[in-house]
Amino acid sequence: MTDIRLEAISKHYGAFKAADNVDLAVAQGEFVTILGPSGSGKTTLLSLIAGLNQPTTGRILIGGRDVTGSPPQQRNVGLVFQSYALFPHMSVFDNVAFPLRVRKTPPDALRAKVMAALELVQLQGLANRRPAQLSGGQQQRVALARAFVFEPDILLLDEPLGALDRKLREELQVELKQLQRRIGVTTILVTHDQEEALSLSDRVMVLDRGQVQQIAAPQEAYLRPANKFVADFLGIANFVQLPGGREGVIRPERIRLAASGGLAAKVVEAVYLGQTIRYHLDAGGTGFVAAAPFVGQPHAIGDSVSLTWDEADVWPVA
Amino acid sequence: MAAILAERRHGFGFVTPLLVVMLAAFNLPILYMLALGFWSKQGGFTTEHYAALLDAPIYLRVLANTLRVSVVAMLVNIAIGYPLAYWMRGLSPRAQFIALACVITPFWISVLVRTYAWIVVLGNNGMVNRLLQWTGLTDSPVSFLYNELGVMIGMANVLLPFLVLPLFAAMLRIDDRLMQAAASMGAPPSTIFLKVFLPLTLPALASGALLVFILCLGFYVTPAILGGGKVPMISNLLDFLINQIPRWEQASALSTLLLIVTLLIFAAYRALDRKVGA
Ligand SMILES: Nc1ncnc2c1ncn2[C@@H]1O[C@H](COP(=O)(O)OP(=O)(O)O)[C@@H](O)[C@H]1O
Ligand SMILES: [Mg+2]
Repeated sequence: MTDIRLEAISKHYGAFKAADNVDLAVAQGEFVTILGPSGSGKTTLLSLIAGLNQPTTGRILIGGRDVTGSPPQQRNVGLVFQSYALFPHMSVFDNVAFPLRVRKTPPDALRAKVMAALELVQLQGLANRRPAQLSGGQQQRVALARAFVFEPDILLLDEPLGALDRKLREELQVELKQLQRRIGVTTILVTHDQEEALSLSDRVMVLDRGQVQQIAAPQEAYLRPANKFVADFLGIANFVQLPGGREGVIRPERIRLAASGGLAAKVVEAVYLGQTIRYHLDAGGTGFVAAAPFVGQPHAIGDSVSLTWDEADVWPVA
Repeated sequence: MAAILAERRHGFGFVTPLLVVMLAAFNLPILYMLALGFWSKQGGFTTEHYAALLDAPIYLRVLANTLRVSVVAMLVNIAIGYPLAYWMRGLSPRAQFIALACVITPFWISVLVRTYAWIVVLGNNGMVNRLLQWTGLTDSPVSFLYNELGVMIGMANVLLPFLVLPLFAAMLRIDDRLMQAAASMGAPPSTIFLKVFLPLTLPALASGALLVFILCLGFYVTPAILGGGKVPMISNLLDFLINQIPRWEQASALSTLLLIVTLLIFAAYRALDRKVGA
């Protein structure tokens, strides 16, 4: 297990900066998520860490060793590609065995390790299948098994759950988190799904146009976003004016709907989300979103309500 | 289901004229040719032409020679075509387009013209020999022409696109990330090539090589001109049997034998392909 440090990493394509002066330190065994919209440079950062690509400037240290410029073969990194990149001409077993064969693992140990890895991702029965004969979720798990079977120092996951439907994705998120905890490997996950980021990681790094916007624990980034971009990108944000012309952000769960005594508003839309109801409100031309627990009689569209919140729940942004 | 079947039957009516033309234009001559091999000069059925194939050593010798030249030409094609396709895969899209054009343009020039062009290039006073002597690599001209070497150079040139094009297409379809994944798992470049890249191109290589081989078996122009009559291939022997002697029945038996050999080779390829694919 090993820590990762990115020091002032930039990657330029001509005049375009896919990564712009990125600093990041991931502790040993930590689970960090890189979060950002499509094209923000997430895959670029992972490929730089894995050594598939060289930074224009900056240094990369893995386990304290400067690996900038060294080839991927020397980095001992387990990598799951956005597209899985399974070898189509090999069985599931041979796919997972590949990194072990490269390391000249003796046949008995190889067999045991591959079967243990497949068991961990619950695919032991499918060892002889070809990737094309598997569902998307199964392929994803093969890619995962192949990435950790050789006990890499770090695990890099590029939107590994991106192509899956919601239910399977949530199942696999739990599996992934448990797996990471069990083997205790330093992990960087890339996603554009903020819920995934918030639920899985010890810390999130929010990226926009190649630049770091914030690095913080999930709840920290959610409640105390560094700027408007982070506030908007992580969940739903209500922006309110603060004294002195500044703007503050408040999350929907922190807004209460009362009968009177606050900001007068009308219910425009009520969305049932199971345990909660999300209200879209109109307060004299300004839109608000509030989330309330689904108990008692919900408000109907057109109802007049009064919005209140604690000043302490408003976080100033820019 | 019934609707689909009805549609199929409906469509069949439209292609019937085409089928009739194909049967009449292609298959009847072949059937006639097959029958001719069993046709006695005095009239009636005979197997004497096939017996003659085995009696006179010349036929089997030419067949063996044809197979040997074809195998070597195929191997030369692989040795040149595979690296060429691999090199083209790594080029920028623009350079790929140019390289592809260079591979394809010879298609537009008649085989006859290209073959005569080789005489200009490879002759005793040709460019290659003059260059060799000028650089001092040889004292006297090397004979490239009117021997097997010339035939193979010519056939490799004519047939190269048949191998390179499908191979290049197959290589383009291989996702770079597969090789990157292998590298991230610690595989050195040689392992990446042997275990990932090569296996993925093998089906296209095998079918392209088979195509080249089968085309070689029936090659006429190039061996005739560049071989100068000294490299006997089946098609040249057939020409001799039909146009010089003429002995059509013997030619028919010989081409039937060639057809059978070709089909056997193709069947072996299919069996192998299925075994590898399973
Ligand atoms: N090889 C390349 N050449 C030029 N631009 C590239 C290259 N690779 C990535 N980019 C650009 O860098 C930006 C970030 O890409 P990427 O890291 O794949 O984003 P993400 O994974 O966050 O969606 C994109 O705008 C992309 O077009
Ligand atoms: Mg990406």
